[in-house]
Amino acid sequence: MAKQIKVSLIGNPNTGKTSVFNLLTGLNQQVGNYPGITVEKKEGVCKLSRGVKAHIMDLPGTYSLNASSLDENVVIELLLNKKGKDYPDVAVVVSDVENLKRNLLLFTQIKDLDIPTILVINMADRMRRKGISLDIPLLEKELKTKIALISARKGEGIDELKKLIESYTSLSKTPCFDALSFAPDYFGRLQKAFPDQSLYKLWLVITQDVNFRKFDKQDMSISSDFKIKSESELKRLQQKETIKRYQFINNVLKKGLTVDEKAATGMRAKLDRVLTHKFWGYFIFLAILLLIFQAIYDWSSYPMDLIDEAFAWLSEVTKTSLPSGPFVDLITEGIIPGLGGIVIFIPQIAFLFLFISILEESGYMSRVVFLMDRVMRRFGLSGKSVVPLVSGTACAIPAVMATRNIENWKERLITILVVPFTTCAARLPVYLIIISLVIPDEKIGWIFGYQSLTLMFLYFLGFGTAVGSAWLLNRILKIKSKSYFVIEMPGYKVPLFKNVAINVIEKTKAFVFGAGKIILAISIILWVLASFGPNENFNNAEETITELYPSLSQEELDNKIASHKLEYSFIGYAGKAIEPVVAPLGYDWKIGIGIISSFAAREVFVGTLATIYSVGSDEEETIKNRMAAEVNQVTGGPLFNLASGISLLLFYAFAMQCMSTLAIVKRETNSWKWPMAQLIFMSIFAYGVALIVYQILK
Amino acid sequence: MKTTIATLKRGQRALIKEITSDIIPLKLLEMGCLPGNEVELLQTAPFQCPMYLNINGSHLAIRKEIAAQIEVQII
Ligand SMILES: Nc1nc2c(ncn2[C@@H]2O[C@H](COP(=O)(O)OP(=O)(O)OP(=O)(O)O)[C@@H](O)[C@H]2O)c(=O)[nH]1
Ligand SMILES: [Mg+2]
Repeated sequence: MAKQIKVSLIGNPNTGKTSVFNLLTGLNQQVGNYPGITVEKKEGVCKLSRGVKAHIMDLPGTYSLNASSLDENVVIELLLNKKGKDYPDVAVVVSDVENLKRNLLLFTQIKDLDIPTILVINMADRMRRKGISLDIPLLEKELKTKIALISARKGEGIDELKKLIESYTSLSKTPCFDALSFAPDYFGRLQKAFPDQSLYKLWLVITQDVNFRKFDKQDMSISSDFKIKSESELKRLQQKETIKRYQFINNVLKKGLTVDEKAATGMRAKLDRVLTHKFWGYFIFLAILLLIFQAIYDWSSYPMDLIDEAFAWLSEVTKTSLPSGPFVDLITEGIIPGLGGIVIFIPQIAFLFLFISILEESGYMSRVVFLMDRVMRRFGLSGKSVVPLVSGTACAIPAVMATRNIENWKERLITILVVPFTTCAARLPVYLIIISLVIPDEKIGWIFGYQSLTLMFLYFLGFGTAVGSAWLLNRILKIKSKSYFVIEMPGYKVPLFKNVAINVIEKTKAFVFGAGKIILAISIILWVLASFGPNENFNNAEETITELYPSLSQEELDNKIASHKLEYSFIGYAGKAIEPVVAPLGYDWKIGIGIISSFAAREVFVGTLATIYSVGSDEEETIKNRMAAEVNQVTGGPLFNLASGISLLLFYAFAMQCMSTLAIVKRETNSWKWPMAQLIFMSIFAYGVALIVYQILK
Repeated sequence: MKTTIATLKRGQRALIKEITSDIIPLKLLEMGCLPGNEVELLQTAPFQCPMYLNINGSHLAIRKEIAAQIEVQII
């Protein structure tokens, strides 16, 4: 096989790297308008002409090669490690025509690294509206590069880019200009101490805050005739370097770029006046949140009812059309209800991801960061914590990863620790079914029902607990770290339909299949455990019950037999063993089993109950009806009443029941200490609150 | 009192004077906050923090402590 050309897409956040990547590779992934949304590297293959292929890598956005956060660090580690397997043959620097001056800073730095470099000027479709015109040949000459002027949105100019990539060997590798000429003495000595190294790379290694695995600063200080300067002296030099680079860029752009201010029109100022307004800004943010919850609860109820009925029907048809036997029972009583328990939540999860990706794509998310920074700082968080907290309402896993662009380590750690309190999509199935059981389906006023208000309350509770524990952690944790905060406010964009649709479909699919596998496995195990018993009590259920209640009708007898069997099955014994622990919270042993299995993943709860309750029941009823019919053995009232329902809701709101989140927290904090602390504290807290609430309400 | 970005009023424009403090993060300079460049205060959140600026065509928001370190001259 011919060697693939290795291409890295590098550029400032939000310049359209991911959009270009999608165009080149056809491989789709998340595209967002929140600066720094792509936090991991993404790879794909692009076919060039005559069977030549390029291996394309999409990198997180970075403002310069001087990294100040983790996601920027990825880029530098890649570019400094010449022997690494991902070291690019050609660097494609993607820039935004509207922010060319700022984008070129990074370009001039990359040019100093001795890599063939192509400059992509993206968003060409915005030039006319902004009154921008470019002298491409002049820019190519001054910047010593080849330029591809493209529009990722319209798909224009991509072929030209492909051609440039293909002929990468003819690209210039010389720097645009000598950026380190402002301190000849210092840099002269540095070069003399390490004659066989590239000067700019040496300089980068010396000035990085972040730790490099492969490059050791220690090695450098050993050399006797060269001393590393103090931190503030270095900083002074870096400032001078930056100023120098901008002087060069300004000179180039003076000749190569003209902006006709009169032709420029923009919505930004007008929209910002409202969306970042001291009162209206918050009002609109709140209204948007309300709209999201209304959509999740009310609008999605129609498709959900259909799905619910469809699964009940499917169960029934399977049962009547297949010969009866243990295998068919497994399908109709174990697998179908278990899967139904998750498929039913697709509409809600899709709505949630839809809203979140629209907010990101449009550029609105940065305004929320701006509005919330001051408030969040009170609690030891950053305005940038809002994005993880909001995406936490979808899933804690991407949310934990989205903390990577928080510059301050303490603010970042606290955000990671509290994010699992936000109401993730996996809690939704549990909330919805319990709310519909214990909260009356009535409306206050015109629009808002008690049920959707309860759901909204639970979301606020999640946020509130997250923020409250952040406040506590901020007092407890003694970590010193540099604090600063800079966020770019991108221009508003109409979300690209394709980007949003891909995002919603991929996220929903990942959620359903990820959860689906666990649920399928657990429901099979549960069904087996519930359909067999360890002793005679299980096998002789029919005779025992018929003897005990000779006067009952056949139907009542069947029900009695089924519950007797369940009680003496394996799962019944297991449940009985844990019942003393959960009884003070108002739960019976079946709920106890549901909670235990939820420690793998929360959304398993509904499937578990569906499986347990449907074993042995003949009517084609929905899960909800079966749960509603359940009786508390002690009080004789319904098992799911206000007290036990609220207690259960609160337990799920606070408990740390998700193995994947624990794993990702371990990865992001690089220690088991933090995820273990989360697991223990959150679970104890959940138990305590559920206990107190049940005892008060009962 | 020194005139800094933190003392600007909404809609006011100014030129950035020399950057002297070490506290100012390099990233801010890299985003265009350099001596001689023009800065305009577009909006502030409640309690004047953070501040939403247009610096030399870059739109960004910074916290007030940092803004108070950047001396400017009103134009
Ligand atoms: N008008 C216009 N918008 C574009 C174009 N290319 C991308 N966009 C939009 O610009 C925004 C950012 O695009 P991304 O591809 O996510 O940018 P990125 O460089 O990958 O961003 P980060 O991963 O956050 O660094 C999205 O809202 C895109 O829809 C273009 O050619 N024209
Ligand atoms: Mg991206």
